[in-house]
Amino acid sequence: MRVSFTVNGRPQEADDVWEGESLLYVLRERLGLPGSKNACEQGECGSCTVRLDGVPVCSCLVAAGQAEGREVVTVEGLADLAERRARRCAGGDGSGSCASGACGTSGAPLDEAPGVPAGDAWSRAARPQDSQAGGGGGLAPIQQAFIDAGAVQCGFCTPGLLVAADEMLERNPDPSDADIREALSGNLCRCTGYEKIMDAVRLAAARQAEEAAR
Amino acid sequence: MTTGTGAGTSRTGTATTGAAGASGPGGAAGTARTTGTAGTPAGLTQHSGTRGGIGESTLRPDGTLKVTGEFAYSSDMWHEDMLWGHILRSTTAHAEIVSIDTSAALAQPGVYAVMTYDDLPTDVRHYGLEIQDTPVLAHGRVRHHGEPVAIVAADHPETARRAAAKIVVEYRELPVVTDEASATAPGAPLIHENRTDLPQGPPTGSGPGGTPVTGHVPHPNIVHRQPIVRGNAEEAARRADFVVRGEYTFGMQDQAFLGPESGLAVPGEDGGVDLYVATQWLHSDLRQIAPVLGLPEDKVRMTLSGVGGAFGGREDLSMQIHACLLALRTGKPVKIVYNRFESFFGHVHRHPAKLTYEHGATRDGKLTHVRARIVLDGGAYASASPAVVGNASSLGVGPYVVDDVDIEAVALYTNNPPCGAMRGFGAVQACFAYEAQMDKLAAAVGMDPVEFRRLNAMKQGSVMPTGQVVDSPAPVAELLRRVKAMPLPPERQWESSEGADVRQLPGGLSNTTHGEGVVRGVGYAVGIKNVGFSEGFDDYSTARVRMEVVGGEAVATVHTAMAEVGQGGVTVHAQIARTELGVSRVTIDPADTRVGSAGSTSASRQTYVTGGAIKNSCELVREKVLELGRRRFGTYHPAWATAELLLEDGKVVTDGGEVLADLVDVLGEEAVEVEAEWRHRPTRPFDPRTGQGDGHVQYSFAAHRAVVEVDTELGLVKVVELACAQDVGKALNPLSVVGQIQGGTVQGLGMAVMEEILVDPATAKVRNPSFTDYLIPTILDTPTLPVDVLELADDHAPYGLRGVGEAPTLSSTPAVLAAIRNATGLQLDRTPVRPEHLTGTA
Repeated sequence: MRVSFTVNGRPQEADDVWEGESLLYVLRERLGLPGSKNACEQGECGSCTVRLDGVPVCSCLVAAGQAEGREVVTVEGLADLAERRARRCAGGDGSGSCASGACGTSGAPLDEAPGVPAGDAWSRAARPQDSQAGGGGGLAPIQQAFIDAGAVQCGFCTPGLLVAADEMLERNPDPSDADIREALSGNLCRCTGYEKIMDAVRLAAARQAEEAAR
Repeated sequence: MTTGTGAGTSRTGTATTGAAGASGPGGAAGTARTTGTAGTPAGLTQHSGTRGGIGESTLRPDGTLKVTGEFAYSSDMWHEDMLWGHILRSTTAHAEIVSIDTSAALAQPGVYAVMTYDDLPTDVRHYGLEIQDTPVLAHGRVRHHGEPVAIVAADHPETARRAAAKIVVEYRELPVVTDEASATAPGAPLIHENRTDLPQGPPTGSGPGGTPVTGHVPHPNIVHRQPIVRGNAEEAARRADFVVRGEYTFGMQDQAFLGPESGLAVPGEDGGVDLYVATQWLHSDLRQIAPVLGLPEDKVRMTLSGVGGAFGGREDLSMQIHACLLALRTGKPVKIVYNRFESFFGHVHRHPAKLTYEHGATRDGKLTHVRARIVLDGGAYASASPAVVGNASSLGVGPYVVDDVDIEAVALYTNNPPCGAMRGFGAVQACFAYEAQMDKLAAAVGMDPVEFRRLNAMKQGSVMPTGQVVDSPAPVAELLRRVKAMPLPPERQWESSEGADVRQLPGGLSNTTHGEGVVRGVGYAVGIKNVGFSEGFDDYSTARVRMEVVGGEAVATVHTAMAEVGQGGVTVHAQIARTELGVSRVTIDPADTRVGSAGSTSASRQTYVTGGAIKNSCELVREKVLELGRRRFGTYHPAWATAELLLEDGKVVTDGGEVLADLVDVLGEEAVEVEAEWRHRPTRPFDPRTGQGDGHVQYSFAAHRAVVEVDTELGLVKVVELACAQDVGKALNPLSVVGQIQGGTVQGLGMAVMEEILVDPATAKVRNPSFTDYLIPTILDTPTLPVDVLELADDHAPYGLRGVGEAPTLSSTPAVLAAIRNATGLQLDRTPVRPEHLTGTA
């Protein structure tokens, strides 16, 4: 069958999809977007978390056909999502500034479609990015915070955690530690012991608040 | 800091073959990537505006790639026209294979190849880390549940799965061996008949017989045995005023790395094969793969792709040979990716163990003796069992001074899942038991458990039960003091102005208590782990370092075969190069087999050994650069000939800080390159009868304090805080060091209260191969993890550093158990603790 949906603001089409294929498989193997990860493929680890019409889901548990006509945001689209959110906050959508610094765009379609040069992971990576210039270099604040806080080791859980944490901060810009733990409890990490992930989310929230106060 | 192979850098890595084959999505098969191989590793360049040398918390050079989803893991590999491999595994633990019929599988459209043992291309049909006892595909018999029997290649993973399901294997069940009693009973079935593995050849860097295996086993179902005998434990026992005994059970733990076993094999035009894979040691894989394929090692070109964690579970081969066999058979690239179910069968686990201990002490609290017997279940194949036995026995007393010791450790062959390397490697099981004993003995003597430990703690100059003198700092008492001195978390921390926050209570959001029946306990533990490969193993690493001028700047390139598995080796390698060569831009080339072996990313050894190799190669490069400088500029300044010269901030400077020349001018058009091996101090095998010998190169120490709250009515445990103090010698990257300590600590927490592979004792079949049934700690199960890092230099190690990765995994588990005992008053002689153990309903 053919499946058509929007990924990170860009219309995508996959042909010859077997009915049993998951959204995760189609993203990874047919659309060249391997950022969403395949740690358990049974909905237990959260490494494949994407947003489906704004809602975080385990893409391994979503049949590809269920995504027909819908909007998907993956880790590859997080930076653009954050940028768009920031522009809205700055009044770009006519609503003026937003107090929390976290207007809910709910993973809505992005007007610009930079897309990801599919299958081109390493050459895309060749663009120098300043990883110490908080928020710069084309990263979403949550992505930058994960790097700065040392929340990335092997990195396999990272994409799913980023999508989940970004969504939580959108809903709850000032989370308590218990809120963070509850929101991220569906995402397993085996390397870090989670402490630096907590640090990263707190850091992103603090930077977001600082940004909003400006 | 800039990540990426940006403008002005000529080194973009060497494995970018066709990586940019990106057209838009929507190709003929709906496939975005239409040419070449996608996701092959390229170099990681790091440019630091600051010094970025050792001791700084520089950020990971692969961090940006990992947060954007662009970092290519082994399961992300893609090649045009590639096939998918699938492995058919045994559904029973011990059986004769009567027949295998592959015809229905072969007839399925989309299937390109089906292979069994009979299709293997050469006479080399077994492999193994230490003993070559593991069949590439089962031959006539399967010895454990999930053993590979046949392999399939097809054009879609589901096609391959369905084809494999059509293979008809007729089994004739055999009786199973599942523990020491059944393994050594009269007439017990032999797991491996006619063993010829004893003794092994001399140890080499990557050759067989890495760990000396001796013939001192009492039964063919015992893989290896190592006694440690020092002094006279029997006589010393008579001096004891208090003697405590215990029998402890340690469950089977899984590494549960998140990135499943996976990789891509691409057949080469020369008849060879290119293999992109996640592993811990490329050259060890290569040594085992090439003979099975019938290829010389230089025709099996291995490149490390992104590794999603390892923790010991990638020391053994998984899909490597199978993917290569299918690729060579079909002439097409073959990708294999395990799912989580298969992953539980696809790698070895941590040895479950039965440990029997006797400790004695005098009235004033001095240890008199330790007697112990440690039985490790190695499962159906040897894997790293001999070395695990060596660790469990030689470290079996813990970080204490005991003159009279009698220990025996053995590993069994059984029909249980094969067990081998996991973080902590034999020392973990022993630590669980001896720390329980230390608490028991402290109580018998009537001393505070921490004070009792401090009184008996080893220090620099102490003698191990192996006779080895600990010749670098061993601040065991100080670590205990520090961890005890940390402030305790507040009592009844679940109470808030809005009532009880159930998230802070045992049972969490299940809302099982608001504090009723909840009691607190505090427990302590400390452990000792060896760093590096032991027992006479030729433990070396190789580093190629190049220095040249690129874009008007002196830059360094580091090429090693070190497997970056997440630990941050690539980060510290760049730091070392900056420190030694005074450059800010360092490129880490992808790890592959075009450079010499780096040894394994195991045993907390890579920063020590490959870090040491890079330091050494950098020093050799520096000498050559200075030679170049002397030739070019020596006549301009007498200091070129006389002073101690350093490379700093892109310049040659004297030890007094005077600048002699810019590196750009010294190097000019020349590139200076060195590839050299580097070794740590040699170790010696343990004596097969007494276990005496300088078997280890370095020791590392960590202590934990656990604070738990237990719902005694439901048997639910919440770990409230798990604090650690560890001596790291020198923290090359403090942020990474703390990350290692916290990660290791939580793996120990999991072992204490939730993680166990359950094997049915009647059938030897695995009962919980999924993350639904095998639980690892979530962020809700994990408490705050305060870390106190001590840096007492080991003068024998590069920069004084000490391997850090494993020590925190040792003491974490017994500290949590001690805290639960403290809260409940229960004996608790097994781990993990489950609710039924706390409610008396087991």
